[in-house]
Amino acid sequence: MSNPIINPENLVYEKSRVLTDNVMHYCPGCSHGTAHRIVAEVIEEMGMQEKTIGVAPVGCAVFIYNYLNVDFVESPHGRAPAIATAIKRLNRDRLVFTYQGDGDLAAIGTAETIHACNRGENIAIIFINNGIYGMTGGQMAPTTLVGMKSSTCPMGRDVALNGYPLKITEILAQLEGTCYVTRQSVHTASSVKKTKRAIRKAFENSMEGKGTSVVEVVSSCNSGWKMSPYEANVWMEENMFPYYPLGDLKDK
Amino acid sequence: MPVVDWCALMGASVCIKLRFEPMNEVMLLKGNEAIAHAAIRCGADGYFGYPITPQSEIMETLMEKRPWESTGMVVLQAESEVASINMVFGGAATGKKCMTSSSSPGVSLMQEGISFACGADLPMLLVNVMRGGPGLGTIQPSQSDYFQSVKGGGHGDYKLITLAPNSVQEMADFVELGFSLSFKYLIPCMILADGVIGQMMERVVLAPQKPRRTAEEILAECPWAANGKPNSRYRNVVMSLELDPAKMEEKNEVRQQRFRLVEATEVRYEEYLCEDADYLIVAFGSSARICQSSIELLRAEGIKVGLLRPITLWPFPTKVLSKYADTVKCMMSVELNAGQMNEDVRLAVNGKVPVYHYGRMGGIVPTPEEVVDALKSHI
Repeated sequence: MSNPIINPENLVYEKSRVLTDNVMHYCPGCSHGTAHRIVAEVIEEMGMQEKTIGVAPVGCAVFIYNYLNVDFVESPHGRAPAIATAIKRLNRDRLVFTYQGDGDLAAIGTAETIHACNRGENIAIIFINNGIYGMTGGQMAPTTLVGMKSSTCPMGRDVALNGYPLKITEILAQLEGTCYVTRQSVHTASSVKKTKRAIRKAFENSMEGKGTSVVEVVSSCNSGWKMSPYEANVWMEENMFPYYPLGDLKDK
Repeated sequence: MPVVDWCALMGASVCIKLRFEPMNEVMLLKGNEAIAHAAIRCGADGYFGYPITPQSEIMETLMEKRPWESTGMVVLQAESEVASINMVFGGAATGKKCMTSSSSPGVSLMQEGISFACGADLPMLLVNVMRGGPGLGTIQPSQSDYFQSVKGGGHGDYKLITLAPNSVQEMADFVELGFSLSFKYLIPCMILADGVIGQMMERVVLAPQKPRRTAEEILAECPWAANGKPNSRYRNVVMSLELDPAKMEEKNEVRQQRFRLVEATEVRYEEYLCEDADYLIVAFGSSARICQSSIELLRAEGIKVGLLRPITLWPFPTKVLSKYADTVKCMMSVELNAGQMNEDVRLAVNGKVPVYHYGRMGGIVPTPEEVVDALKSHI
């Protein structure tokens, strides 16, 4: 660059070149932007930009292909693990990952998720769990906490009516086909670093043929939760983390 | 011809290629088995399916043949038809020749994926060996998924190129034809067979083994495929979403233009004793086989009846039916349903002559004599 704003010797961080210049449509405070950036950085650091095929979900993150500069396949709602299964089996040298929300992965796509994991498909699943349907306007998700309000449980999730929040990551950790199952977050600097290490490990596992890796990212949806970004992060720590505790569930 | 051990002469590394002997092979096969053999031989990359009667022999034959050890074709039993159609979607999105097969209730489950594939303009081969419905219905043969196949089936404005085989030979031949039409027009292709064609055994000539396409050949044929983005091109996104109404309408119009091109160029049908016919029977698949016998019986009585057999149900042979509407006294569609193709015959004839229907449901297959009686009742 002829007239750099920052001199090269002072540069400590720059945007990953796997991220496009498109302005993200996510709400301020949303976890998706950070999670996207981490995925992009890991792809870049692994030198896999030319060999990556991502599978986009239905939900807010359907537009992930506008932000990550790699080839993408847009999946029907919940079917991403089935789509990724075939992509990987037919293109064994490719890095194949899905990026899915809680409604996509743990409600409509439960069968595809469990069976892809049970077959031990050599894919990585990034699971964004914010306990709500963001794109459709804040309806109850399979992971909505008991008592938590949404537009389809306005008085709070009632166990008698709606059953319990689904700990699908715990279920996936039980399956023989998964090699690495972890639950992380991206709301602090240290959690971002941990999540980046987790996604790196998941991507490496898939290229080494170890089986399915699942990285759950407990996330905030401050718009859906009707809170400020800060309040949402505090609420997440106080309410989401006790039910969805962070850490590795399985690493073999 | 002397037998030469080419593997020993040329080294083990060329053995795989030498398995592709450029020879036709004659076999006695079920229609379902013929689909499986033809899929391997035409160089298909992937088959994903879920068991359902009366077509389970397709996946069973593939699993027995183990093509992953010879051609490298992937064969996988999915957890559901929903998963298998999406696996086909994923494979097709990377430019691979992928297929699935099922029977009526399973194909109903696939409609979401088929609509998405049409929305993403993906080439793929689908096989429906129809059984009677609605619901769980029966495992006996039927042709009652005609509407579902040729009128859409899933949501949105789309068509499937629909091939209707009436023999085990056509079951085999339509696999390669279906793939080639699908890749040419980027429209999924459906082989619409029924339990009779799937289960009956006939002599079939299988084409020589073709190698699967190389990565370079796929890149050349499918520049749109999401198979890893080299620095030299923009990223490929295989998708069906477009939130801008003007762009979405344009995308649909481009697709409709492709449909018009298919209608203009890919109509296939067979005529049997139509030249001097006073009456025309229109039937496809197994019904057409029965009607051939019926026509022989009718002709023996001096009644001049011809058979027009649509081979492509979409694009439908509208023009030729319109032509015969000027020369015959009436037409009768014979189908294993309540009168589905009958509506397309009526549209083609456009009121010029009466169009009758003789149909059986519930897995009943009529005898040639019953068709004869049905036609006579209209004379």
